[in-house]
Amino acid sequence: MKKDHGHVGKKYGMVIDLDKCTGCGTCMTACAAENNVSVRKDESDKERSITWIQLYQISNGKKFPDTRYSYFPRPCMHCDEDGRGGHHPSCVSVCVASATKLDPHTGIVSQIYTRCIGCRYCQAACPFDARYFNWWDAYFPKEKGLERYLSPDVSPRMRGVIEKCSFCHHRLMRAKNQAYAEGRREIEEHEYITACTEACPVQAITFGDLNNPKHKVHELIQLPTAFRLLERLNTKPKVYYLSTKDWVRRLADNYRPGEFKRLSKGS
Amino acid sequence: MDSPILPEGVKRCSLTTFLILLLPCFALLAWGGLSAVLCLWKGLNQTNMSNVFAFALWIVFDLAVIALGAGAFFTGFLTYIIDRKELKNIINAAVIIGFICYSGAMAMLGIDIGQPIRGWFIYWHANIHSMLVEVSFCIGCYLIVLIIEFVPIIFENRKLNEIKPIRLIGHNLHEIMAVFAATGAFLSFFHQGSLGGMFGVLYGRPFAAREGFYIWPWTFFLFILSAIACGPCFTILCTKLTEFISGKKLVPDNAIQTLAKISGWLLSFYIVLKIIDTLGWIYGVVPRAGMTFMDFYREGPYGVWLVVCEILICGVIPAVMLMIPRIRQNGTWLVVAGILNCTGIVINRFVFIVVTLAIPVMPFDRFWSYVPTWQEWGIGLAVLGYGVLVYALSYRYLPVFPKEKELNIIT
Repeated sequence: MKKDHGHVGKKYGMVIDLDKCTGCGTCMTACAAENNVSVRKDESDKERSITWIQLYQISNGKKFPDTRYSYFPRPCMHCDEDGRGGHHPSCVSVCVASATKLDPHTGIVSQIYTRCIGCRYCQAACPFDARYFNWWDAYFPKEKGLERYLSPDVSPRMRGVIEKCSFCHHRLMRAKNQAYAEGRREIEEHEYITACTEACPVQAITFGDLNNPKHKVHELIQLPTAFRLLERLNTKPKVYYLSTKDWVRRLADNYRPGEFKRLSKGS
Repeated sequence: MDSPILPEGVKRCSLTTFLILLLPCFALLAWGGLSAVLCLWKGLNQTNMSNVFAFALWIVFDLAVIALGAGAFFTGFLTYIIDRKELKNIINAAVIIGFICYSGAMAMLGIDIGQPIRGWFIYWHANIHSMLVEVSFCIGCYLIVLIIEFVPIIFENRKLNEIKPIRLIGHNLHEIMAVFAATGAFLSFFHQGSLGGMFGVLYGRPFAAREGFYIWPWTFFLFILSAIACGPCFTILCTKLTEFISGKKLVPDNAIQTLAKISGWLLSFYIVLKIIDTLGWIYGVVPRAGMTFMDFYREGPYGVWLVVCEILICGVIPAVMLMIPRIRQNGTWLVVAGILNCTGIVINRFVFIVVTLAIPVMPFDRFWSYVPTWQEWGIGLAVLGYGVLVYALSYRYLPVFPKEKELNIIT
């Protein structure tokens, strides 16, 4: 896979092995707990739920006994470009109040909650539906003890602003602080991983610096089974997927008849 | 009761009748007021917008009224810059309609954002790459221009005009109106364009994305053209409606015909470019995104009928009707063509907003539907109520149509 990012510094990214993912949802739970994601009394309206990493169930569409299912965890893709060569992700270039930024030193797309005016233009611009609006005031039910789990490192969001996956940016800050306290300039690979990476029981998620040849992710994205979601839109996501199954790979992007190139003869 | 402040030499209904006729407007405003309070107090959960439908009814209303209100700047441009003198008989109505449309849109936008008290961040933390910033700056400035253009009309009220300083200010503002007309045309050119650009730059959504020139997608130019094609027609429709309700002739035919003719030519030019743009999109953007034209129209209620309706029925047909003098000179056909023209542009805005968001980009995602709540309808329709109220008050108390007295001599 060709190297298509102009970063000279770090470029944090994620590789999710879909062949390993069981769809257990631990990544979603860990993410919500780690990042103080607000809940609602009734979460049945999924169009308004906040799930920084969303788990999609996908099917090959065939009838029994050929039916196959797979799961597609989808965090923010932390895109590098807007799809037309502009060096801002789609959401960043449209934001009216400069409330979302691409950090050139880490490749992480941040969201500044206190600056967001809640116009939701970034939501419209994101093809991955990875951005979430706070339709209600933040709510952490006391009777369930949820307020005791709130992380002091992550600010809860107010009503009327957009939030999204931050690649657990506070963990990067914590690791950097630790390294600084120990007199180091660089952090080790294992010192900064996201909550979903840490929680995944089958280790389907790998996190690290895509630009660093010593990091596992750098090696994984070179595999022929590696691909990205909606790659042909050219937004240069930093989340990669692995799958040996052609029908899974086929569902990761739009293809006109005859365009999709199979990896294997079967599947 | 209010006869001392009515314009001289014209006939108006009694104040009681006037107020009774306006009762539906007050009802709409009350409904909208309650909806606005609920949205500001409890939040946007009062709407049926969602993380899928980030933009919905209000943005459709916004873009629609801003396009329809384009008659103000374009008629101003024709009157004061191109010097089409016959349009002086309709420019006041165009300015008032423009003011209503733009102020209504701004008010609706104020409620539509999640953090209204941070609205000023758009200006303070402006992201120069965002088309919406350009829209906000230009609409904000243009609303000020519209107020400046509206003020002299208010100052022409019979009682106000008796006050010398007010009369002088009004007169002097009239004298330099060409400057504001030029400023308004400049600002409007950019905000109408950047409203189109807002959707054309959604490169992640192949349904809306467009190629373009330098930083401007083709929608930038198409939105300008479509706005100036439908704006004058909307001004004509409002004037015709006023004539119908008042039972009087208010604007000489030459002014109406000039606007209708220009509107027809612009609509024809726009429709040709729109068809080229659509073909370019079908054979350029769509295949590059790995899709086919029909992929966008397979699910939900948004079928190919929308394209036919927008481009053919509400585009080509009114364009032809307005181009043929015999048809546009017939009052009924003129109104039909005007309605089709305006409907086509509203469909265009609806398609770019709602259909763009309804169609999923990820192949495994599903199609979502959206139905506005009564609060959303309330705020949308309140703009209509507000518009009718301001327009009716202006017509009653101000000399909106300079030729009204001449065309309706009271014996």
